[in-house]
Amino acid sequence: MTDDLRPDEEATDRMDGGPYPGTPPDQTDWDDSLPIQSPWRIAWRRFRRHRLAFGGLIFVLVLVAIALLAPILAPQDPNVVDVSASRNPPSAEHLLGTDSAGRDVLSRLIYGSRVSLTVGVAAAISAAGVGTLLGLLAGVAGGWIDAVIMRLVDVFLSFPSLMLILLLVAVLGPSVATIVVVIAFFEWPTACRIVRQMALSIKEQDFVLAARATGSSRWRIMRKHVMPGVLSPLTVVATLLSAGAILLEAALSFLGLGVKQPQASWGGMLEEAQSLTILKEMPWLWIPPGAIIALTVLAINFMGDGLRDALDPRQQM
Amino acid sequence: MDPQTTPTGEPLLSVRNLSTTFATETGLVQAVRNVSWELYPGEILGVVGESGSGKSVTMASIMGVVPKPAGKVSGDAVMFEGRDLLTLPPREMRKLRGREITMIFQDPMTAFNPVKTIGHQISEAIRVHDRHVSRKAARARSIELLASVGVPSPEARYAQFPHEYSGGMRQRAMIAMAIANGPKLIIADEPTTALDVTIQAQVLDVLKLIQAETGAATILITHDLGLISEMSDRVLVMYAGKVVESSDVFSVFGNPQHPYTLGLLASLPRIDTKLDSLLSIPGQPPSLTSPPPGCAFHPRCELSRGRSECWTAEPPLVQIAGPTEHTTACHFFTEMETEAGRVSIKLGVDVRSKGES
Repeated sequence: MTDDLRPDEEATDRMDGGPYPGTPPDQTDWDDSLPIQSPWRIAWRRFRRHRLAFGGLIFVLVLVAIALLAPILAPQDPNVVDVSASRNPPSAEHLLGTDSAGRDVLSRLIYGSRVSLTVGVAAAISAAGVGTLLGLLAGVAGGWIDAVIMRLVDVFLSFPSLMLILLLVAVLGPSVATIVVVIAFFEWPTACRIVRQMALSIKEQDFVLAARATGSSRWRIMRKHVMPGVLSPLTVVATLLSAGAILLEAALSFLGLGVKQPQASWGGMLEEAQSLTILKEMPWLWIPPGAIIALTVLAINFMGDGLRDALDPRQQM
Repeated sequence: MDPQTTPTGEPLLSVRNLSTTFATETGLVQAVRNVSWELYPGEILGVVGESGSGKSVTMASIMGVVPKPAGKVSGDAVMFEGRDLLTLPPREMRKLRGREITMIFQDPMTAFNPVKTIGHQISEAIRVHDRHVSRKAARARSIELLASVGVPSPEARYAQFPHEYSGGMRQRAMIAMAIANGPKLIIADEPTTALDVTIQAQVLDVLKLIQAETGAATILITHDLGLISEMSDRVLVMYAGKVVESSDVFSVFGNPQHPYTLGLLASLPRIDTKLDSLLSIPGQPPSLTSPPPGCAFHPRCELSRGRSECWTAEPPLVQIAGPTEHTTACHFFTEMETEAGRVSIKLGVDVRSKGES
């Protein structure tokens, strides 16, 4: 059998310097040329095959590019008021028309992406961060610490959060920072639950026992074994959280509690649609922001679904 | 391997009256009940018994990795090189684990973290105990270790994940990890149960060689009697959380002094003769929440024949007169000679292995 030769040869030349030269080599065949199948690489391959998710990712990436390049891309200053050109329909000069104050809708749409994306990313990261910290603590420490944190989660999840968010924003005064903090404050329990769940299941795995038998401390096991295992479900949760945060920000701005005027935001642009005449006769004022919000949230949710499938170890593709 | 029939010198590990219990919803499970035994430097001690006989829990108790708070370990002492592992502070115990006492787990698939490379995990085992070892040095040492247990192309294999290894290779990597810090004691918990037979033989060869090279005392937990006879110097037979017989490997196989050991031997398939049927031990292992009174084996024992001593008095572990250290926990071990003869006639072949083993 020629197959058997290769490992033997390799074994002999490597065995020379080894401390235990007599050990017989493993006879398994193995193709050297294959790349290493790291879990993240496998996940990425699966994700790429998920068309909707990959499309969502591209959409979001384009949006990020637009937000970053807003000053270059926007045809006009989004905040320049021109009373003479109020509520003009789309024309060559204003591709998506102008709003009640005569500002260019397209430019405001482009600048508005900055607010939505910032809120989406920042709120999701803060919520996921707080949730992870408390979730790990609850899952790893257990006992009364676990009980206290989980009851807190139950309390938060049983509150009508939108009402409280409105109240808090009204008290603290509307700004991007306030919105991020407030959303994170109410959205961490979802992440916390998932992280705790994962931590509890990882804690019972054999490799954690093996790590203990190797002399690793609890803290080290949490850092080296529990945390990496928690990461993949957390990615999914954070993605979905950011979609939720973008929606919440839009809702707050629509109610006039979002970012302060004149700063452009998608929800703020929808505020105009509160008037019936605009709703009925001037669709250029509310269809573009409404559509972009819906599309963004949809794209992020598709990404979340794709990530969930890609990171699920039970799914073999 | 030279059979060390009479161990000499100070024991490396001395377990004295160790008991481990687990609080469960159905009551207190007495997984290990008052066991005492010794392990001498450089020897291989085989521990046999059915599932649930307390083999693994005993080892977990020694390592201090019994799940808390359900599990509770008590006993007089577990002396390891002059230190009592039962009273050692957690920090000291942690230093000991993975450096002086290491463990090889049954299923190398689950004992490795699936999202980390094998090499990373072996390096980690080194760096946990010595922070001064650089990543690079740990890597070099890990590759050397992988090579020493016969993993082909160790440099490339270093960066691979557990799922890219074959079962036998994973167990080799597990052995590499166990010897990474030059342990004095290796506990191998059914190291070949998860492997198929041909790979088992390879891994055992590796284990044997490594043991011979490092001179580390090894505890081999298994329910495979063939493995025990092949590998170990001394044998400990456990039943229902207790040691029922212990001796050197030749005495246990050639002259079993406990009906349970005899039952295990009689239930083995044999290669030398054609058997019509195998003898099985009747009944089931006892519940450890309420172990049978007296001798835990009496409900299944053929030797007992309903004698009242068996269910009223617990047989102590006694030394049998003879040239070797041989202990048994049976009231009627003096009848074992005739009992073994009876079973052999029933089976048509002598269950006791005589002469060379």
